[in-house]
Amino acid sequence: MSRNLPVLVAALLFAAGYGLCATQYPAFLTTRVVGNLLADSAFLGIVAVGMTFVIIAGGIDLSVGSVVGFTTVFLALAITRWGLPPLAAFGLVLAAATLFGAAMGALIHVFAMPPFIVTLAGMFLARGAGFLLSTESVPIDAPLYGAVSDLALALPGGGRLTLTGGIMLAVFLAGGVLLHATRFGATVYALGGSRQTTALMGVPVGRNTVAVYALSSLLAALAGIVFSLDTASGTPLSAVGVELDAIAAVVIGGTLLTGGQGGLPGTVLGVMIGGLIQTAITFDGTLSSWWTKIATGLLLFAFIALQQGSVALAGRSERRARA
Amino acid sequence: MTGIVRRDAGAVRLDGMPIAPRSAEESARAGIATVYQEVGLLPNLTVAQNLFLGREPTRFGLVRGRAMRQRASERLAEFGLSIEVGAPLGSFPVAVQHLVAIARAVDLSARVLILDEPTASLDTHEVTVLFGVMRRLAERGIGIVFVTHFLEQVYAITDRITVLRNGRLVTERETAQFPRLDLVRTMLGRDLAEEEARAETGPRVRRTAGPPVLRAEKLGKAGYLQPVDLSVAGGEVVGLAGLLGSGRTETARLLFGAERPDQGRILLDGKPVRIAGPRDALKHRLGYCPEERKTDGIVADLTVRENIVLALQARQGPFRPLGQAAQDRIARNFIAKLDIRPPDPERPIGLLSGGNQQKALLARWLATEPRLLILDEPTRGIDVGAHAEIIRLIRSLCEAGLALLVISSELEEIVTYSDRVIVMRDRAQVAELADGAIDVTAILRAIAAEAPRTASACQPEPA
Amino acid sequence: MRALRAGAPQLLAFLAVLLADRLVAPQFLAVHWQDGRLFGSLVDVFNRGAPVALLSLGMVLVVATGGIDLSVGAVMAIAGAVAASLADSQPLPLVLAAALATGLVCGLWNGLLVAVLRIQPIVATLILMVAGRGIAQLITEGRIITFASADLAFLGGGALLGVPMPVVLVFGMLLVTLALVRGTALGLMIEATGGNARASALAGIDTRAVTLAVYAWSGFCAALAGVVAAADILGADANNAGLWLELDAILAVVVAGSSLLGGRFSLWLAVLGAVLIQAMNTGILLSGLPPELNLVVKAVVVLAVLLLQSPRLAGLSLLLRSPR
Repeated sequence: MSRNLPVLVAALLFAAGYGLCATQYPAFLTTRVVGNLLADSAFLGIVAVGMTFVIIAGGIDLSVGSVVGFTTVFLALAITRWGLPPLAAFGLVLAAATLFGAAMGALIHVFAMPPFIVTLAGMFLARGAGFLLSTESVPIDAPLYGAVSDLALALPGGGRLTLTGGIMLAVFLAGGVLLHATRFGATVYALGGSRQTTALMGVPVGRNTVAVYALSSLLAALAGIVFSLDTASGTPLSAVGVELDAIAAVVIGGTLLTGGQGGLPGTVLGVMIGGLIQTAITFDGTLSSWWTKIATGLLLFAFIALQQGSVALAGRSERRARA
Repeated sequence: MTGIVRRDAGAVRLDGMPIAPRSAEESARAGIATVYQEVGLLPNLTVAQNLFLGREPTRFGLVRGRAMRQRASERLAEFGLSIEVGAPLGSFPVAVQHLVAIARAVDLSARVLILDEPTASLDTHEVTVLFGVMRRLAERGIGIVFVTHFLEQVYAITDRITVLRNGRLVTERETAQFPRLDLVRTMLGRDLAEEEARAETGPRVRRTAGPPVLRAEKLGKAGYLQPVDLSVAGGEVVGLAGLLGSGRTETARLLFGAERPDQGRILLDGKPVRIAGPRDALKHRLGYCPEERKTDGIVADLTVRENIVLALQARQGPFRPLGQAAQDRIARNFIAKLDIRPPDPERPIGLLSGGNQQKALLARWLATEPRLLILDEPTRGIDVGAHAEIIRLIRSLCEAGLALLVISSELEEIVTYSDRVIVMRDRAQVAELADGAIDVTAILRAIAAEAPRTASACQPEPA
Repeated sequence: MRALRAGAPQLLAFLAVLLADRLVAPQFLAVHWQDGRLFGSLVDVFNRGAPVALLSLGMVLVVATGGIDLSVGAVMAIAGAVAASLADSQPLPLVLAAALATGLVCGLWNGLLVAVLRIQPIVATLILMVAGRGIAQLITEGRIITFASADLAFLGGGALLGVPMPVVLVFGMLLVTLALVRGTALGLMIEATGGNARASALAGIDTRAVTLAVYAWSGFCAALAGVVAAADILGADANNAGLWLELDAILAVVVAGSSLLGGRFSLWLAVLGAVLIQAMNTGILLSGLPPELNLVVKAVVVLAVLLLQSPRLAGLSLLLRSPR
């Protein structure tokens, strides 16, 4: 019960928040707002899925924002300057990012370095590489980009489910299946429980650690593609600080930052709560954008305190059970 | 046997075939499964996931959750467990977790099962259940190695006993032909007749003890230690004897505030005091040299000097620093007095030998000029020379009027320096011996006493 | 003398970087006197490195207890915003007191989460890292606040006896911090707590208070860094003040040879680490290479230092050395 409590709280919070917004702004009840909410959260949502895997496995990945930034610049240059077909550029950048993540995972595993410092270095590296490619924003004018921006599924009620929103939903689904219904998923939870015990139980720890970070970088690159589709441009400064938003979304969704517990449904809620705050503040017009950050920080604190409290409670009842 | 520590001599044969596992994985494949005292499973995963981690039934790459749970229920039913296998392992009592760990081990391969202290955190009923499972497994032809220090349990379940002491094989005998007292004696490596002779020839000097410095009345904590009564006077050495895990360290930790008691009280000089943590104990001039030097004692990176002044400095608070000169004087003083080698106060303490680390820790507490010093296994893991020095030191401290509470597994040692000995067994106080009554035989008898019930009978039940 | 020997690798690295800078820019080491103060690239290195040096004075203590403070950049932004918004209406002492007190409160908040609520340091300080910039923007109301107070500007652009004020402040804070941790027993207690918290608590050290104190100090140092940064640009930019600097501060501490697991620390090496990083930055700038290369160089340096520290690597090299 206490395991699902944070997700439940997040769900209630989202429902209450949405209800409150709907009473203030009736537009919230239209599918148009829903469609926009999905589209606006798309790239953060994709990053957060990768982050969920990493955090459940007991790690952290601070490099994702930089990978998104690198991806957008790389795509812009590859498509407009080097004349690569967009799909080939996508494939290339996805492969490169996967390798990058795998390398970070290997460093973490082989040299027993703290994940936050390795991915911090990765953050510098990816951001720096992006800047080295180009220091300014490069517009992308490939026909594919124009076509994609018009591509959308019409929802009843005038809303549109954009391709990017759709990609996010697909990633949520695929990620959910991978995490909750495969051997790899179970291993991710095991890693977060205890790397040592997992190794003693005969599960290869190194290979799975590498896979987790590779997956996170892969998804970050996918988020970068989505970002560049949305903005039809690439700049090395894009997605600064997204790693924090992603971590916040994952935590608000009830995943324990110490690893081993949590899940993707919670992350979806966390992303949506973040999107809701943003949308509400836009609708309000009088509240300034920085309230988003403060609200995120407050929520982050509230949920971590909630986790800490429930962990302490669980510890106490366990001790009582033992006595 | 499991290959976690590489052997350099001897051979392991399984069904007559020599095997040489180099890791836990290899030995498991060969058919030797081990379940450690700390449940080697993941409390955050469900019971079923724990049973099948790494070999989940899958179809098209997807785990078949329902099939897995059903299979898990079936497996556990063989062990007499009917629990919700979809719930996280951590939500079950330790006993159940142990049974699940055993189930996984047996299911994986096992022809030989090694259980390392499986009963250390179980209650009587849970032990009974576990023993039931062990008997059933034995009937199925699985060999079980049961590592434990609980004597009652050895007699309750085993067919043969192998006694190891200080990394050496002492003896191996059929349980039925191995009387309890003999077992304890071989465990502690004492020849009884010889002991008794020595006790008679070595006259004990009766020291006159003053009023008690410290009294503990019914000090205890549920699930940790049954209530203990003890008192120590200035110039008196009180020994705490018992086997490993009998509640000696627990007593020390409760006295020092490292663990909060939930019953009883502590009196210093007859006045009740509140000791809510080591800082309070330090303020009341108590000292405690813990058993685990590496994890609870030394700060390996810091120098000998810094380690010695640590407690004194902690009592003075951060804003009354001991100057470099004062620190140096204290460190050099104790290095000379206790003969700490090498006599270099600026060497990181982690580089010293165990005996010298122990002396430095003693120095840390002596520097605070304590009234009562608790020494937990002060001679464990140090060489013979240092061993004798520490005992000499304990004697001289006592003569200087210090109250001492010493925990040791070396009975002969305890007998030589103690004025009174408190015997512990199974986390309870079972006997107190004084003066002439202190000899190794008496302690052994108290430890090995037949019925465990008498343990709680000889002290009042907690209200 | 012992301190010098312990810092030999860092000092050598610093000299090597200076030499490299001298090679790419022949005028690099030239220092001249103009308008009553020192000028030159070398002076600039110290001047520009000041904010990170200030941050690293707090960070090194936090790291010594085995923690980390990710919020220092955000705290810089908050303190800078406070200072800039008060600068034109209040006297300097009050402005400073308000800004520094804000930083202290931020640090205490972090310390409370880590020491009392026992939240992991990365997570605990992440909260303020996220929310802090929002708070700073709340103070500046989303604008870039500029000020004209010459008093405050002096802290960024002025000079004392020819030495730029930021450098003077770093030196002063180094002395104050030294006095605080080495003049008292706090330094010993910090190192003991980071080295073995269990043993330290059993020896009677109030590990909770020690932890609280280092985070509070980190917040204080960050606030001063924020004031210096604001005084330098005559304004507060809540979005960009102190951005990325938490990473530079961590890097400086790592370069100083502190283990991220806690234990021994050296204040002056942390400052040297910060200056070394700035010397690399300046060198890259002077050499005409794209300044963005900085980030890549920093990443490589941090990984290299950590690899050298890694116990696994030590084991590996032992294995290679011992002939079979």
